[in-house]
Amino acid sequence: MRKYLARRAAYAVVTLLGVSLSVFVILRILPGDPLVAILGVEGHAQMRPADRERIMADLGLSDPLPVQYARWLGDIATGQLGKSFFRGDTVAELILHRGPISAEIGVLALIVSWLVGLPVGILSAFKPNSLPDGVARAMSILFLAIPGFWLGMLIVLALLFWFGYKAPIIIVHFWENPWQNLQIVLGPAIVLGLAQGAYIARMARSCLLEVIGEDFVRTARAKGLREGLVVMRHALPNALLPVITISGVLLGFVLGGSVAVEQAFGVPGLGRSLVVSVIERDIIVVQNLVLLYAVIFVLVNVLVDLSYAWLDPRIRYS
Amino acid sequence: MAVRAADEPVPTPDAPTVGDRSRLGALAGELVRFSRRNTLAAMGGFVGLLIVCVALAAPLLAPRDPLKADFRRMNKPPDAQSLLGTDQVGRDTLSRVIYGARTSLFVAFSAVILGTTVGSLWGVACGYLRGRFDLVSQRIMEILQAFPDLILAMAISMAMGTGLSAVILAIAITRIPFGGRVIRSVALSVREMPYVEAGRASGASALRVMVYHVLPQCLAPYLVLATTHLGVAIVIEAALGFLGVGVPPPTPTWGNMLADSITALVPPWWLAFFPGLAITVTVLAFNLLGDGIRDTLDPRLSPAFLRMMAGGRRR
Repeated sequence: MRKYLARRAAYAVVTLLGVSLSVFVILRILPGDPLVAILGVEGHAQMRPADRERIMADLGLSDPLPVQYARWLGDIATGQLGKSFFRGDTVAELILHRGPISAEIGVLALIVSWLVGLPVGILSAFKPNSLPDGVARAMSILFLAIPGFWLGMLIVLALLFWFGYKAPIIIVHFWENPWQNLQIVLGPAIVLGLAQGAYIARMARSCLLEVIGEDFVRTARAKGLREGLVVMRHALPNALLPVITISGVLLGFVLGGSVAVEQAFGVPGLGRSLVVSVIERDIIVVQNLVLLYAVIFVLVNVLVDLSYAWLDPRIRYS
Repeated sequence: MAVRAADEPVPTPDAPTVGDRSRLGALAGELVRFSRRNTLAAMGGFVGLLIVCVALAAPLLAPRDPLKADFRRMNKPPDAQSLLGTDQVGRDTLSRVIYGARTSLFVAFSAVILGTTVGSLWGVACGYLRGRFDLVSQRIMEILQAFPDLILAMAISMAMGTGLSAVILAIAITRIPFGGRVIRSVALSVREMPYVEAGRASGASALRVMVYHVLPQCLAPYLVLATTHLGVAIVIEAALGFLGVGVPPPTPTWGNMLADSITALVPPWWLAFFPGLAITVTVLAFNLLGDGIRDTLDPRLSPAFLRMMAGGRRR
């Protein structure tokens, strides 16, 4: 187990180094001068070359690229992360301030997806090709096709039209005012959770059906167990492994999707910051936030792999 | 499905003198059989084809110029003159949705074909050559897959300076590892087959074996991949447009229209509703088609269907 752990962790570190390098390269091939992005074309033209150089040096953008990259890695190691071009606050402050909102949305979305997806999948697998199964499958096909940000927009609009309700658009942390905080995060979490729930329902159904066809399930039935007990006690634990894996993969959709969904709901989370910084071409913020999303994605998948190994001894010992 | 397979007629060998006409008939027969077995997929395929036709015939179908502002008719709800209403500067929503299909489909098709093709060729090379090349390639694909799709697409699109080709490239790059992974595993198993070994034994170069012996076997999984990723590509394109890093305005795209609609303090519902509905219907259609094709091709890679896709020829 320890060997497996070490190998998995080493792979993750290599991947993350590669990720940071590719983020860096992608953002440095940007055509055009970052100063033009900051000052605008006119402001850039009016400035003296000496001033331009000074500002570039201040921002740390005039060093050779390998030096810049090494400094960025150093910054990450010390938790500094650099500064926004446009705002005074550092990226670390930005993440600490807005991160909790986005994290809450992600975790709640995950919970919603399991709470919705698993029961629906089990219900479907209990009586395949029955009416409830048909309805459940139709719903999951539908929710896989609806873009989350559009559903979010419709929910916001409907609440506004019919109830004149609008969620708070300022940052309220859970420990400050739980009720207001929930009003901010619940909408995005439900929208994201439903889409993932559709995947989970689908996966749970097909895995359960596969397991139910196996010999040990027949034995359980043969010894006279109730059908409910057969499914819940014998079939379900064996069907859950792939569902857990897909949940880790789905986190990529949650992370990516949350950016658009936060925008639709007007939630002041990290996704909003990413969108704003991409539009403003605020390279330092973009590179750190993109890296952050990738790090979270990779780490969660490491956790999923570990839980998998923990749940399934065959992987641990091979 | 196994029960149904029994009444499938035994595939008749192609007579050497059959003309194009009977080949077309055979193709129609396969299509009918496919749709009888996969009603939903056939419906998806039909709706998808319809949307493609709408996109192609946009200039004929759109009642008005999608870019022409009309300041006498701003923010009008749906009425007889403009069936889906007008936007903040009086542009006709229906015309914009119709033209939006052009951009969305063009971007999605180009990106998926580009990304899946590059990924698949790469995957064939990985699976066939193995060794160090494969090892390095796998790490690169792992790195690409470490990013959430939309976020990678955003960063690339921003770096390339948002435009049609930037968006296509950005989405295509996110599709590469999927093609690479799946096709690599196919190539890994195909390379061990006797006929491939025979090719190698008769002195064919690695390139020749890959192109003539391994590649044809990857056609079916390639088709499955391409259709199942169309829906994802459409959603990413729309999301990029919605976030303001997609194909830049004033080009009408569904994502741009949704982005326009929320700039208003009280967004008009028709502006928020119809473009999103267009996205949903399109994605639904392609997803259903993709599922059907996967169900048909994946389990046994039915030879009849493969022959149809390969144009009736058989090696």
